[in-house]
Amino acid sequence: MDLSYYPGCTLKTKALNFEDSAIAAMAVLGVNLVELPRWNCCGTVYSMADDDLAHHIAPVRNLVRVAEQGSDRVVTLCSFCYNTLKRADLLMRNSQEKRDTINSFMDDEIDYDGQVEVVHLLEVLRDDVGWEAIGRTVKAPLEGLKVVPYYGCTLTRPQGVAIDSVENPTVLQDLMKVLGATALDFPLATECCGSFEIVSDPDAVVERAYAILGMAQRKGADAIVLSCPLCAHNLGQKQAEVADKYSDFTGMPLVYFTQLLALAVGVSPEVCRFDLSFGGVEALLRERGLIPQRV
Amino acid sequence: MRVVKKALVIGGGVAGIQAALDIADGGYQVILVEKTPSIGGHMAQYAEVFPTLDCPQCILTPKMVDVGQHPNITLLTYAEVQKVSGEVGNFQVEILQKARKVDHTKCTGCGTCWQKCPEKIPSEYDAGVADRAAIYIPFAQAVPAKAVIDTEHCRYIKYLDFMESGAEGKKPPQCRICERLCPAGAIYWEQEDEIITEQVGAIVVATGFDLMPVERLPEYADDPDVIDGIQFERILCPGGPTAGVVHRPSDGKTPKEVVFVSCAGSRDPEHGVPHCSRVCCMYLAKQAMLFKHAVHDGQTHIFYIDTRTTGKGYEEFLQRTMAEGTVYLRGKVSRIYRDGDKIKVMGVDTLSGKQVEVSADLVVLGMAMLPSIGSQELADRLGITTNEQGFFTENHIKIDPLESTCPGIYLAGAAQGPKDIPDSVAQGSGAASKVLGLFARSEKTPEGLTVS
Repeated sequence: MDLSYYPGCTLKTKALNFEDSAIAAMAVLGVNLVELPRWNCCGTVYSMADDDLAHHIAPVRNLVRVAEQGSDRVVTLCSFCYNTLKRADLLMRNSQEKRDTINSFMDDEIDYDGQVEVVHLLEVLRDDVGWEAIGRTVKAPLEGLKVVPYYGCTLTRPQGVAIDSVENPTVLQDLMKVLGATALDFPLATECCGSFEIVSDPDAVVERAYAILGMAQRKGADAIVLSCPLCAHNLGQKQAEVADKYSDFTGMPLVYFTQLLALAVGVSPEVCRFDLSFGGVEALLRERGLIPQRV
Repeated sequence: MRVVKKALVIGGGVAGIQAALDIADGGYQVILVEKTPSIGGHMAQYAEVFPTLDCPQCILTPKMVDVGQHPNITLLTYAEVQKVSGEVGNFQVEILQKARKVDHTKCTGCGTCWQKCPEKIPSEYDAGVADRAAIYIPFAQAVPAKAVIDTEHCRYIKYLDFMESGAEGKKPPQCRICERLCPAGAIYWEQEDEIITEQVGAIVVATGFDLMPVERLPEYADDPDVIDGIQFERILCPGGPTAGVVHRPSDGKTPKEVVFVSCAGSRDPEHGVPHCSRVCCMYLAKQAMLFKHAVHDGQTHIFYIDTRTTGKGYEEFLQRTMAEGTVYLRGKVSRIYRDGDKIKVMGVDTLSGKQVEVSADLVVLGMAMLPSIGSQELADRLGITTNEQGFFTENHIKIDPLESTCPGIYLAGAAQGPKDIPDSVAQGSGAASKVLGLFARSEKTPEGLTVS
C-alpha cells in the first residue's frame, strides 16, 4: 500500500530518529510512505484568529500537493503537523466563504475543497494495518519493557480532530501491548508539555516537564513513549534542569512509538537512531537485551 | 362506559408514595407497582436531607408504612408493568410479578435467612459500598419487610440451572441453607413469575431517576475512592454500612480531605447532558457539612460552575456550609487521578484565574441525574413521549405539567425532570389530585368525560 506522507520540518532535522524508524517499520508492515513532493511548512500552530486566513495558506497548499499527487489521503508523524493540517482541512470543509478566499489567493494551485483526508500514523496502524497484523509481524517482542504513553495535546484536541477518545485515549497503549511491552496507566498522558512556551517562558516548561517526567518515574516507567518532536524536545532537553531543581528526579528515557515499532518488527537498531533520543534510551534497551551489546 | 375508579401508580419512590397515599386517602383503590423489593426509592438511601437535615428514616418510613397498611392500596413490589392498552378511564394493564421464591404470606421478615446466606453481592441499596446476601430485604425499614431470593445469584438456583442444562463438570453446591433455617417454612422454590392483569382508570408514572454512571466521564479516574453522590450518602448515613463513621472505600481509612465536583456530566452538552440536575448544588453542600460534622479536622473543597440554591431555605443552607469552612472553587475539573495514597484533582479557579490542583483522600462526583433505567421501554409501553434526555414529556411544560401526552396518564417526580424531594412530593400530590378529579367526574362517553 502506498500512502502520501507529509514529513514536516523537524522530521528532517532533529527528529530523524522518528522519520527513519517510521519509514523502515512501515515498509516491513507493507506500507510504503511516499514523501510529498514540494511540501512546505505545515503552519506550525493553527491560528485561532477568525480573520487570519493567510496563516492557513501553508497547510492548505500542502493538502493541494496531496491532491496533485493523485492521492486522497495524507499521513503525518509529527502531532503538530497532524493538528494544523487536519484543522486547516476542517476549516476548508466547513466554511465556504473562507474556502473561497483562500482558494482565490492561491493562483497557481487547483482549488481545495476538502478532497484529502489527513491521518496520523497511529490511525493507519490501528485502522488500516490493524493490531492483529502488527502482532503477527512482531519478531522481537519488547518483553519486560514498562512504558507510559504520552499523547501531548495535539493528537486529541480539539474534539473534531482527535484520533482517539479526547479524555482517555488508548491507541498508544494498545500499540505497546501488541509490541509486547507493558503499558502503565499514566494520568498525565494528555497534559501539555509546555509546547511553544519553550521560546518565551522556558522556566514554565521546566515545571511542566517535571510534572510529567516525575509522574512517569513514580509510576515505575522505564521510558515515555511519544509521538511529537516538540514534546520530545521539551521533555528531553529540560531533563538536566529538572534534575538540578528537583532532586527526586533522576532521568527518563524518551522514545518515539515508531522506534519501538521498528525494533519489534525486526528493523536494525542503527536505523532507529536511538543515539538521537533523549534520556538514555540506547542504554536502557541494551540493558534489557532488546538491542545487542556494543562489541 | 364507566370510568374504572382504580389507579395505577408506577414507581414507589417518594413521588409515587405520595401520589398513592393521596389517591387512596381520597377513597379510591390504588395499585402501586415497584420494580425493586421495597418501596422508598432513592430517598431511602440518603443520610440526611436538605435543608433541614432530617433523616429519611424519620420522615419517609412513616409514609412507607402507611402505604403498606393502607386498605385502599395494593402494593406490588418486585414487579414491573409489561403491557398497557386501552384509554383514559379504562386501561388494561399487565404486571409481571417476578418470582420471589419466598411465600410472602408466611415470611415474617425475621432475618435468619439473610444473616446465614453464604452468597455476597454488592448491595443496590448501599450503591455498592456494602454487600447483601442472595436472599434479602434491601434495607432494615423495607416495606414489605419480606425477603426475596435474587435468582441470578442464589447458589441453589445456580445448581438447579446447572442440572437442567445437563452440562458436564463440577456441580455447584446445593446450599439451601435458607430453606433449612427458615422458621416459617416460607422458602418456595417452585414459585414462578406471574402475570397479573388489572383494569385501571388512570395511571401515575413516578419512575424517578438514576445517576449517570461515573464511567461516562473517563477523565474522572476509575478509582475506588472516586465515588458518586449516592455512594457518599450511604457512607455518611448513621444507619449505613459504616454506621456513619466515614471510611473511604479503598483502604477503610477516614478521609481528611474530600473534594466534591458538581456538574459532573450535567450542563455539559459536549460529552454529558445539557440539563442542570438541580439537586447537586444542595446535596454536595449538605454532604460537605455532614462530613465536617463527622470528621472535625476534615477539609472540604467544592468545585462548581454556579451555585443554584433556589428552594426555600436553600441559600441560607449554602451560606451555613460556607461559614463552616467549606472552600468553594468556581471552575470545572479537568482530570482526577491517583498519585500514590492521594487522589489529585486538577481544575481551574476562575475567580483567581489560576489552575489549581487539590490533593484529596476521597472525591465525590455530583453525577448528572438521568431518567431511571428502563424508563424509555416503559414510555413505549405506555405510548407516552420523552424528551431528548429520556425524561417523560408533560402535556405543557408550564400550564399542564402533570399530565403526560396521553390523557389519563400523569407524571410525578424526577421521571419528568430532575427534582428535589419537596418538588417530587408536591408533584406526587398534584398528580393524585388530577386522578381524583378524573374519578370524581366518573362517566366516560364517546365525546369525552362527563359527570355521571
